[in-house]
Amino acid sequence: MASATTFPQVSVSKLWGYAALLLVTLIIGLPLFWMLSGSLKSIAEIYTFPPDWIPRNPKWSNFREAWTTVPFGRFYINSAIITFFGTALQLFCGVLCAYAFAFLNFPAKNILFLFVLGALMVPTEVVILPNFLFFGNTVRDWFGLEENWVNTYQAIVLPGAATAFGTFLMRQGFMTLPRDVLDAAKVDGAGHLRTMFSIVLPMAKPIVVTFGMISIVNKWNDYLWPLVITRTTEMRPVTVGVRLLFDAEGNNNWGVIMAGTSYVILPLLLIYLFAQRYIIDGLTAGATKG
Amino acid sequence: MASKSDTAATSLEQTRTSGETFVRPKGRAGGLANKEWFLFLLFIFPNFFFLILFTYWPLWENVRLSVQQTDLLAFSAEPEFVGLKNYKWLFDNSTFRLVLRNTVVFIVSCVGLTLTIGLAIALLLNEKLRFRNGVRALVFAPYLLSGAAIGIVWAYIFDPRFGLLAQILGWFNIPSPHWLDRPEWALPAIIIVYVWKNLGFATVIFLAGLQSIPRDLYDAAKVDGAGPWWRFRSVTLPMLSPISFFIMVTSVLATFQAFDIQQVMTAGGPAYATTTLVYYVYEQSFGQGANFGRAAAAAIVLFISMLIVTAIQMYYTEKKVNYDG
Repeated sequence: MASATTFPQVSVSKLWGYAALLLVTLIIGLPLFWMLSGSLKSIAEIYTFPPDWIPRNPKWSNFREAWTTVPFGRFYINSAIITFFGTALQLFCGVLCAYAFAFLNFPAKNILFLFVLGALMVPTEVVILPNFLFFGNTVRDWFGLEENWVNTYQAIVLPGAATAFGTFLMRQGFMTLPRDVLDAAKVDGAGHLRTMFSIVLPMAKPIVVTFGMISIVNKWNDYLWPLVITRTTEMRPVTVGVRLLFDAEGNNNWGVIMAGTSYVILPLLLIYLFAQRYIIDGLTAGATKG
Repeated sequence: MASKSDTAATSLEQTRTSGETFVRPKGRAGGLANKEWFLFLLFIFPNFFFLILFTYWPLWENVRLSVQQTDLLAFSAEPEFVGLKNYKWLFDNSTFRLVLRNTVVFIVSCVGLTLTIGLAIALLLNEKLRFRNGVRALVFAPYLLSGAAIGIVWAYIFDPRFGLLAQILGWFNIPSPHWLDRPEWALPAIIIVYVWKNLGFATVIFLAGLQSIPRDLYDAAKVDGAGPWWRFRSVTLPMLSPISFFIMVTSVLATFQAFDIQQVMTAGGPAYATTTLVYYVYEQSFGQGANFGRAAAAAIVLFISMLIVTAIQMYYTEKKVNYDG
């Protein structure tokens, strides 16, 4: 009797579970589906009610039109440059600094580390105006330049070159490495540069890759600073570029606009497909630090 | 006297270095400490250089700007020191008070909804159901996508006549509001998008927290005759309280900085209905009628608000928000 009542009860609750799973899938998935389906609709099809879920005659030319209405090729090149150099610089600064704090002795090291962590409390949004003025006037005065650096790649990339979070994350990772391997290297007479490249980095690869992934995602999606510091269409990254497309098509030609948003989103979705674990770990790191 | 202290110093040096020689080759021991210090400074230099130049120094510059009045039309004019006048102007200004109100409404709604829905989805994904890993990956996906692009996609979804939401509301015979054109609907619309985009973060962390709760606690509760609801109240919630606190604080800080969704969807409008503190700083810095002094003062208000949240976090983490419930 007891088992007879529990058995259907379990499957009923399972059924509710799958219903809830389906609901969650729809809530999160439908907007993304709506974007992709919209990107293949002609204007006529967009303005039919009730709307079609799957476009009847997929209009692939929306993608071509988005690409030519605003120079998406150029935006891609800009985003690639900004993401590549931004990530490379953050890895360079972060790895060196994390290595120093993990393995090298220095007086007052803890105070210096607090100085790094303190930067976490200053969000970039707070300092956009002074940083903008820096690239507008200060650089010119300092280096005696003819032109200021507004609307240049270095101005987009340099303010995001340092990383307090990456230093913290990678230092934590480095410190969990087995101490005796490092000591063995030292006895063998390996210098710090060799220890870093041939022992620490290979062993701590997951944490470094994880941070690299966070960095790529953040640089690719960055919006406020590139919006402020770039002035011409040729210098805009994809995130700001898609906004230009939105303005150009004026709340109207949604098919072309959705094709444009796909251009921004699809590269990251592709990376996510292959590096899901690193990305989830990276973007939620800090929560699980203990 | 001098020579005596010299020898004392050298002997101290010797004992210290000789104490470490079991790891380090003896021949190099003399210059080692200095060499290591030098290497330390060399390694931290790039990071510190950029942190100082683009984080700490501009923060100070921002404080300085906030107590000055800069006349943007008179280029030659030296900025004039005005004390706290910019701050006073802000707090006397009804628009800025509306901005503060928007910021609070936005943060409280976003964080409250994200935590509640995120926990609900995490509880669901904690059940042994097929496809749950796939759903977890899907729920997390919006979190890593560009807010600007997502905002534009949702502008289409909110389209009052041909959007996805109008279609769904139509099934229930509810007419779609003009979301982005009406002051009373614009902020809720932005909140919906923000929660949709950031749910995955809370979900994944809650799920990790749920999976770290020892099973025997549930077994013990079961033995005591606790039903599902009571087990949730007496085991799950208290065990999750440190991680909930972490998610709450992180979300509050992140929500303070939200910008791109508003910027593409409503540009802070209509009638300032979706202007939050960050957006106000942006507008006062680069928009029409920009005023650097007021922008800097608003940025400092933003900074101090976030600092207070962080301080509260540190205070409570110190006191350990823990399992006593």
